[in-house]
Amino acid sequence: MLCCVCKEKPATVHLTQIVGDKMQKLDMCEECAKAKGINDPTSFAMADLMLGLGASQELDQSAAGAELKCPRCGFSQADFKKSGRLGCPECYSTFAEGLAGLLKSMHKGTRHVGKAPEALRKTRETVDRLKTLQKKLNKAIETEDFETAATLRDEIKVLSNPAPAKAAK
Amino acid sequence: MKDLHSFLISPAEAAQQHGPHDRIVMSSRVRLARNVRGSSFPGWAKKPERVKVLEMIQPAVSSLPQMADSFAEAMDNLTALDKQILVERHLISREHAAKNVGSGIVLNREESFCVMINEEDHLRMQALRPGFQIREAWMAIDRLDSALEKKLDFAFDNELGYLTACPTNLGTGIRVSAMLHLPGLVLSEQINPIIQSVNKLGLAVRGLYGEGTEALGNVFQVSNQMTLGEAETVIVERLEKVMSQIIEHEENARQTLLEKKPKVVFNHIGRAYGILANAHSISSKETMNLLSLLRLGVDLGLFPNTRRALVDELFLTTQPAHLQKQLSDKLSAEERDLLRADMVREQLKDVSRPVTK
Repeated sequence: MLCCVCKEKPATVHLTQIVGDKMQKLDMCEECAKAKGINDPTSFAMADLMLGLGASQELDQSAAGAELKCPRCGFSQADFKKSGRLGCPECYSTFAEGLAGLLKSMHKGTRHVGKAPEALRKTRETVDRLKTLQKKLNKAIETEDFETAATLRDEIKVLSNPAPAKAAK
Repeated sequence: MKDLHSFLISPAEAAQQHGPHDRIVMSSRVRLARNVRGSSFPGWAKKPERVKVLEMIQPAVSSLPQMADSFAEAMDNLTALDKQILVERHLISREHAAKNVGSGIVLNREESFCVMINEEDHLRMQALRPGFQIREAWMAIDRLDSALEKKLDFAFDNELGYLTACPTNLGTGIRVSAMLHLPGLVLSEQINPIIQSVNKLGLAVRGLYGEGTEALGNVFQVSNQMTLGEAETVIVERLEKVMSQIIEHEENARQTLLEKKPKVVFNHIGRAYGILANAHSISSKETMNLLSLLRLGVDLGLFPNTRRALVDELFLTTQPAHLQKQLSDKLSAEERDLLRADMVREQLKDVSRPVTK
């Protein structure tokens, strides 16, 4: 049996993993296996390779097309296709549109549940509320409903600055 | 600079560590992936940025009370052999062993915490416990994480949770895993249906060098796959439930094998003993597989005067890097096979033949 990566040397490393109903097999020569970091049963993230992340994984094309780049780190969609990894934390907002489908297929949900840094835990609810208000505000502006927009803007102002408002009471 | 080898727990001591259900669960681990805001992930960052992140994170980690007595080092200061030994101890990942400038580790004295800096993420913090203690491991790493978030600004999104280099780790960034020794399920050919049902629950079962689902040394690693949309405690609880069931199945399989097919069991264990106690050349893979059967023999009472720790120590000392470390000359794989056989024979010289009455 020849290595399925280089197709030159005999395959000596055989991997099998069953994910869901699909069984996937890989037969590789020692060098290719090493190059892919497959050598240790405990650390090897076979799922990353086999679930199709990386080579076969693509972000959904966003409106901006394949040329979309992260403004902070310069990472592009093509880079993601190559590595299956993102460039920096900000990439998640840059590629949010394309990632949504991927995350849905990968995880239990698309919204984080669980631990949050303590400093943020207190403000998490406020941030949630602010986001909804901001959305409403954008919509109001779009539809030229300036009366609602003004109310929303005031509400956002109060929420973004809750401490002094309460102190004044 | 501390010397890694005088810092590490000796293989003999490591094999002495006990935990609940350790005849089946070799070890438990919970790791959390974290990144700091405003820096590129290690795989994308250029060298100066990685070095900067390392120089920021390493002192922060070392200053935690849990890491008061710790080994902290940059990966480029470790030899290839040192790194391989850390891999064989399951303290760092294979990927991390390949890192150099700009990556580091912080390991505490008890080896209950090991933090990898600039692996795939800025931080991969692991809590390790012997036996079946995933809940304890989670609580320990949760505390470490809470202490560290006061010193570092973690990249966290209100919607997506902790942001990670790979979207598969997004959200909680948690991977809960245990290494299970399941020779009974393999011998009774029940392992495949078990793996399939575990997979259906969204959990991964990993093995290596295996045809079918046979894993090296009958050791399987069970872990969660999904990290987003479920709280850490829910993930830990599910794994606890599933692993408890696997433990029960393994115990039942061993009992049934002894009752229904004693000859098959004795034959496997007897042959394993025969080869290990008498071989003059043996590969690391064969050693692992035979030691697994020897371990089963100890568990089943076939070696009444032998402790499991003796086998567990050999599991560690017969691995290539551990073997190489005991010698000054660099050996080829063939030479190592000779030496490994010598060592195993020596260690087993006081172990008498299995009692199969």
